[in-house]
Amino acid sequence: MDLSNQSNEKGSHVSGIDRGKVVMYGLSTCVWCKKTKKLLTDLGVDFDYIYVDQLEENEEDEAVAEIRRFNSSVSFPTTVINGEKAIVGFKEKQIREALGF
Amino acid sequence: MKEGEAAEENITEEEVDKVYRRLNAQVEKSGYHLNPDVEFTKDLVRGLLANEQRYGYWSCPCRLSANNLEEDLDIVCPCYYRDPDLNDYGACYCALYVSDDVIRGEREVESIPERRPPREERDAARVEEKKRTEMMETMEFSGELSKPVWRCKVCGYLCAMDEPPGVCPICKAKKERFERFM
Repeated sequence: MDLSNQSNEKGSHVSGIDRGKVVMYGLSTCVWCKKTKKLLTDLGVDFDYIYVDQLEENEEDEAVAEIRRFNSSVSFPTTVINGEKAIVGFKEKQIREALGF
Repeated sequence: MKEGEAAEENITEEEVDKVYRRLNAQVEKSGYHLNPDVEFTKDLVRGLLANEQRYGYWSCPCRLSANNLEEDLDIVCPCYYRDPDLNDYGACYCALYVSDDVIRGEREVESIPERRPPREERDAARVEEKKRTEMMETMEFSGELSKPVWRCKVCGYLCAMDEPPGVCPICKAKKERFERFM
């Protein structure tokens, strides 16, 4: 999903150190997603975050299909790295390791 | 619309405070506990209020709502998964509720795995449940039970009455969350 023209409610891009393509799928109401977003921000990596609950129906279907590739229960947050692997939940240690910290 | 998280609903700090205090008093009376991290818990309350405005019910703030009460009945807070998650992990999925050992400081709250079955399984289970309910409705009472027995799917409370109560006297779950048990 191209986030360059997206409003802040649906998600945004956060600029930082390039550690691959990092996309956090979350919900705007979820506190674990908020913690994950804060962790990624504090680590200073370049990432996108998408609030799936704020998307239009077709965009939501697209996001859910992408999450399902990695996480059959489609739970949040799901942080996808380089479209290859995903970390489900606010797993600080796993996220740090996956991003080389 | 304003920028920020769940901001478009314009939920004030006062509202969050009020609901938090009311909820806290209510759950303590029933022997449950809210997460003692008040900031964290108030954020979840804000999410619940946002979902109430969006969908009309307290859909779990940490799960994607279907915007359909029938499909989301299992994740209306308190959800059907709260008690098993309190037993296994010391907290419910979003960590609004925590167990006694967390309150005593003997256990840490963390992000836990999702117990809710995937969508296809839930759809199939709902079909099964409908069949079961229809079967139960046509079942006759002969001798052994003088009344049908209803089970609260949130807390397991059982009562023998012609219909389930409007509100569960234990956990305050609404009537639609009862199932026929016997």
